[in-house]
Amino acid sequence: MMTDFESTMRKREPREEDLIRGATGDWEIILGLEVHAQVTSEAKLFSASSTKFGAEQNTQVSFVDAAMPGMLPVINRYCVEQAVRTGLGLKAQINLRSVFDRKNYFYPDLPQGYQISQFKHPIVGEGEVVLDMPDARTVIVGIERLHLEQDAGKSLHDQHPAMSFVDLNRSGVALMEIVSKPDMRSAEEARAYVTKLRTILRYLGTCDGNMEEGSLRADVNVSVRKVGAPLGTRCEIKNVNSIRFIGQAIEYEARRQIDILEDGGKIDQETRLFDPKTGETRPMRSKEEAHDYRYFPDPDLLPLVLQQADVDAIRRALPELPDEKKARLISAYGLSAYDATVLVSDGARADFFEAVAKGRDAKLAANWVTGDFFAALNREGHAIEQSPVTAKQLGELLDLISDGTISGRIAKQIFDSMYKTGRDPSKIVEDEGLRQVTDFGAIEAAIDAVIAANPDKVEQTKVKPQLAGWFVGQVMKSTSGKANPQVVNEILARKLGLSSDG
Amino acid sequence: MSELTKLTLAAARDALKKKEISAVELTGAYLAEMAAGTALNTYVTVTAEKSMEMAKASDARLAKGAGGALEGLPLGIKDLFCTKDVLTTASSHILDGFRPPYESTVTANLWRDGAVMLGKLNNDEFAMGSSNETSFYGPVVNPWRRKGSDAKLVPGGSSGGSSAAVAAKLCLAATATDTGGSIRQPAAFTGTVGIKPTYGRCSRWGIVAFASSLDQAGPITRDVRDAAIMLTSMAGHDEKDTTSVDRPVPDYEAALGQGVKGLKVGIPKEYRVDGMPAEIDALWSRGIEWLKAAGAEIKEVSLPHTKYALPTYYIVAPAECSSNLARYDGVRYGLRVEGRDITDMYEKTRAAGFGAEVRRRVLMGTYVLSAGYYDAYYLKAQKVRTLIARDFAAAFADVDVLLTPTAPSAAFGIGEKTDDPLSMYLNDVFTVPVNLAGLPGISVPAGLSSDGLPLGLQLIGRTFDEETLLRAAYAVEQAADFKAAPEAWWKA
Amino acid sequence: MSVDQRTVRHIARLARIAVRDDELEALERELNGILDWVEQLGEVDVTGVEPMTSAVEVAMKMREDVAVVQDLQQEVTRNAPGAEDGFYVVPKVVE
Repeated sequence: MMTDFESTMRKREPREEDLIRGATGDWEIILGLEVHAQVTSEAKLFSASSTKFGAEQNTQVSFVDAAMPGMLPVINRYCVEQAVRTGLGLKAQINLRSVFDRKNYFYPDLPQGYQISQFKHPIVGEGEVVLDMPDARTVIVGIERLHLEQDAGKSLHDQHPAMSFVDLNRSGVALMEIVSKPDMRSAEEARAYVTKLRTILRYLGTCDGNMEEGSLRADVNVSVRKVGAPLGTRCEIKNVNSIRFIGQAIEYEARRQIDILEDGGKIDQETRLFDPKTGETRPMRSKEEAHDYRYFPDPDLLPLVLQQADVDAIRRALPELPDEKKARLISAYGLSAYDATVLVSDGARADFFEAVAKGRDAKLAANWVTGDFFAALNREGHAIEQSPVTAKQLGELLDLISDGTISGRIAKQIFDSMYKTGRDPSKIVEDEGLRQVTDFGAIEAAIDAVIAANPDKVEQTKVKPQLAGWFVGQVMKSTSGKANPQVVNEILARKLGLSSDG
Repeated sequence: MSELTKLTLAAARDALKKKEISAVELTGAYLAEMAAGTALNTYVTVTAEKSMEMAKASDARLAKGAGGALEGLPLGIKDLFCTKDVLTTASSHILDGFRPPYESTVTANLWRDGAVMLGKLNNDEFAMGSSNETSFYGPVVNPWRRKGSDAKLVPGGSSGGSSAAVAAKLCLAATATDTGGSIRQPAAFTGTVGIKPTYGRCSRWGIVAFASSLDQAGPITRDVRDAAIMLTSMAGHDEKDTTSVDRPVPDYEAALGQGVKGLKVGIPKEYRVDGMPAEIDALWSRGIEWLKAAGAEIKEVSLPHTKYALPTYYIVAPAECSSNLARYDGVRYGLRVEGRDITDMYEKTRAAGFGAEVRRRVLMGTYVLSAGYYDAYYLKAQKVRTLIARDFAAAFADVDVLLTPTAPSAAFGIGEKTDDPLSMYLNDVFTVPVNLAGLPGISVPAGLSSDGLPLGLQLIGRTFDEETLLRAAYAVEQAADFKAAPEAWWKA
Repeated sequence: MSVDQRTVRHIARLARIAVRDDELEALERELNGILDWVEQLGEVDVTGVEPMTSAVEVAMKMREDVAVVQDLQQEVTRNAPGAEDGFYVVPKVVE
C-alpha cells in the first residue's frame, strides 16, 4: 500500500557518501519499505488450517481458505497478540480498536476476490527502529504503521504453456505488513533496516524471518531527487525476497530513475518487479491497470477491540530486545559498542556469549566468542545452534586459561580440536598432555639447556636485552608450547642477568 | 390434498410422537404433493431418496421413544443453504453443479433435531429480488390467485419457493433468509408466517452470502407456533460465525399464549406512507384494534428516518454483495466460460453466470465503493443506518413491540414489475428498516385483499426479544383467525 | 451524481463483468435511476454520527491458535471447472 509521506518523513541532512553523482548534479535516494512478515503461528489468520511450509498443493486449505460459498472468517487470537507484541517491540502505539477491511481485486490466487486487511484503522501505529551502521552511525527509521492481513495463495506459471496452476496453501496465512517512513537514504541503510527488523522479529518470536521460504518479503519504494528538492515520483518494487536483492534492486532502480530524469523524462508511478537473474527491475504487467481496491469494513468481522490490561500483560512478557541487550552488554561486561552490536545481531549469539561470560573475564569471553568461535562458525557455515562447541565447553576452556592450566596458544589448538570433535577441553588437555608446565625445575632445566647451547646469544643479550624474546621462543619450542610463559620470562631474566621485577 | 399434509408442524410432531403416523408416511405424502405441484416451480432440487432414508431413520428413533424436537418432520430448504453433497445453487447459473462438501449450521441444527429434508427451494438469484422472478430456474408461482382470475402471481421474494411451498403444503415448513424482507414479504404474499430473528440469532455459516451485515436465516411456516418451534431449532451460537451471538436459545413455543395484556405496542406514524392502499391501512387499523382488545396498550411512536431506509439499503446491500460475489470467478466451483486470458475468462463467466438483477446490484455496489464515491455513498449510508437504528432504540424505550403492515400491497402479477427495478424495491419499504437495525420481525397473515389475496401484518421486536415478538404475533393470529387457503389449482 | 457509459464500462471492468455495447445504455439509465433516488440521503444531517459497522454490539470472539490438520485437497478441488493434480487450473496469468 502506498501512503503519502511528505509531511511525516524525518528531516535528514544528506551525506556526501550516499549521494549518486549524475551528469547534472548529485542525487539523493529516498527509500521507504513495506515489509511483509509472516506471523509465527500454528494456524492461519482466519481459519484453522496449518501454516507449515512445503506441504503438497492444496492440502492445507480449509473451506474458508478456498472461499467456498457461505464460509466465514474467525480471527486467530494468537496472531493478534503477535501483532501487538511486534508493535511493542517497535516501540509503537497500540490501537485498542482496529478494523478489518476488505481490499477488493481479482486474482486467481485470491480466492475470495478480496484480501482481508486493515486499511483505515490498523492495530499498530507509529514506532521506530534504530539502525547501527558499520561506521558506528545510528539511523532512526520511523515506522508508519503495522497491520494484520491475509497472505494470498501461489500461482505457478511454468507447469503448462497456456495455463497457470494455483495452490492455496498460503492463502489466509497471517502477515504483518510493517510500513516504514521514507527515512532511508541508501541501499546500505535499507539492508540494515531489514536486517535489524528481522532481528527484532526473531527476538520477539513473532516471525521466523526466513526469506527463502517467503516468511519475510519487502516491497521497496524508491524515488530520487536533487538535494533539497521536493520528493520525486516513486516506484514500488514488489516482493523482494533477500537482503542482497534489496540492495541490488535499489541501486538499479535509483540509477534507472536518474537516467530517465537526466534525459529530460519523467517517472511513472508504477509497480515493478526485480529480476535477480538480470539484476534489473521491470514494470509488473498485472498491475498495469489503475487499481481501485474499494476498501470497506469487512461485514463478516466485528471491530477488533483489545483491553489495555491484555496489552500490558504482553508488554510485561516481552523479552529483552536488541537495543536494550546491547546497552546492557556494554555496561555489564564492558564490551565495545562494536562487539556488542555483533553479538546482539543474533539473540542466540548474545545468549551464547552471556553463558560463556558469566562469572568469567568478560573481555576474554568476548574476544573468544567474537574471535575464534565466530570465525569457526563462519568457516564451517554453521548457525550457532549447529555449533559442535557448547557455551559450557568454551567456558571451561576459558577457565583452563585463567587458572594457568594451559597457555593461550595451546588454547587455540585445543579449541580447534573441540570444534572438530566436540570433546570437552579438559579431556583434550589430559589426552594430549597439553597441560602447561609451571614446574620451575623443568622450566629451569629447559632454559639452562638453551643458554648452554647458545653462549654467543647470551653475550649479545647483555648489550641488547630485547634478544631475551629469542630465548623465550626457544624455550617454548623445546617445551612444545606448554611452558608457562610468565615463569619462563622470570627465570630467563634472572639467568641472563637482566633486571627483573619478578 | 392428502389429509397428512394438512397437519401443521406442531400437529404432525405430536402425531408422530404418539405413533399415529410415521415419518415415512408423512414424507411420502409430501413427496407426492411435490410431484403433483411442479407447476408452482417451488423446488429446484428434490432429494426423494435421501428424504426417505432420513424418514426411516426417524421412524427407527421414534420407535425407540427417542428422537429430537423435529423428529420425522419433512422440511423444504431454501437453495441458499449449503447442504452437504446436495446441489446448492442459490438459484444462480454461476453455481452450476455445485455440491458443497459441508452442511450449513442452520440446516445441520435441523437434522440434529431429527428433521427430514425434502429438497431445495427456489429463490431469487442470490436472494436478490422481491418476487422470485430473478431465479435462473424461472419464477415461482404463488398458489394464491385473484378471485375469478387465473393470472399467475408472484409469491414474493426472495424466499418465494419457501413461501409458496409452505402455502401449497409442499412441505411442513421451510427455511428462508431475510436481507431486506425476504422472509416476511413472501410470507405476507402467501398467507404464511415468516420470522426474521435478530441479527446474530442464527448462524450465517454455510448460507450463501448476499449482504453480510443484513442476512439472517429464519423459518416460513403455517402458523406462529410452527415458527416458534422451527426457530428454537435453527437458532443458536456458532463459533464459526463471529457475528452470531452467544446467548441461550429460549423455548420459543413456551412463550406463546402468555397473552399481551399490558404489552405496549407502538404504531410508527411514518409508516403511513403516501399512496398506501386503503385496504392495507384498514388491515393495520384492525390489527391495532385486535391487540387493544387483547389488553395491549397502543402508543404512537416516531421513527423519523424511515423514509431513508430504502435508499440506505440500496447502497449498503449492493456494496456488500459486490464484494461477497467476487468469489464466483470460475476458478474453484460452478460455471466457467473460457476466455482468451484470465480476465476475459472472469468477465465472460460472470456475465453469463449472473442474471440481470445480480449484475445490476454488483455494478451498483462496485460504483458506491469506488474511489471518490465511498464517502458520498457508502459511508453516508452507514451513518444514516446508525440514525435508523437509533430511531428504533428510542421507540423501544417506550414500547415493547411495533405493529406495521408487512408490505404495501398484496401479491402482484408475474412480469408486472420486472421492467422497473425501483418499483420492485419499494415492496420492501416496511421490512428493510428492520434489517438495517438488526431487529427481529415477523409477518402474520391477517386478512384478505378485496380480490381475495392474503395480506400480512408485521411485528417488530427488541433485539433478542423474539419471545415477546412471538407472543404478540400469536395474539394477532388468534384474533385474525385467518383460515383461508388457496385452491389447489396447480394439481389439475 | 450520475454515471455515463464510460463509467459503466469502468465499473463493469472493476467488477469483472463483460458488458456488451448494446447493454450500456440500459445500464446507464437503470443505475442513474437508482442513484437519483438514493440522492435523497443528501438531506440527512449526519454530523458527528458514527457509521454503523455491525448490527450486533458484542465483542468479537476469537479462535485459539490450534491447527486442524486435515487434508481437504479433494474436497476443495472437486467442484472446480479446471483442476489437475490437486491444483486449480486457470488461463495463464502474466505477472
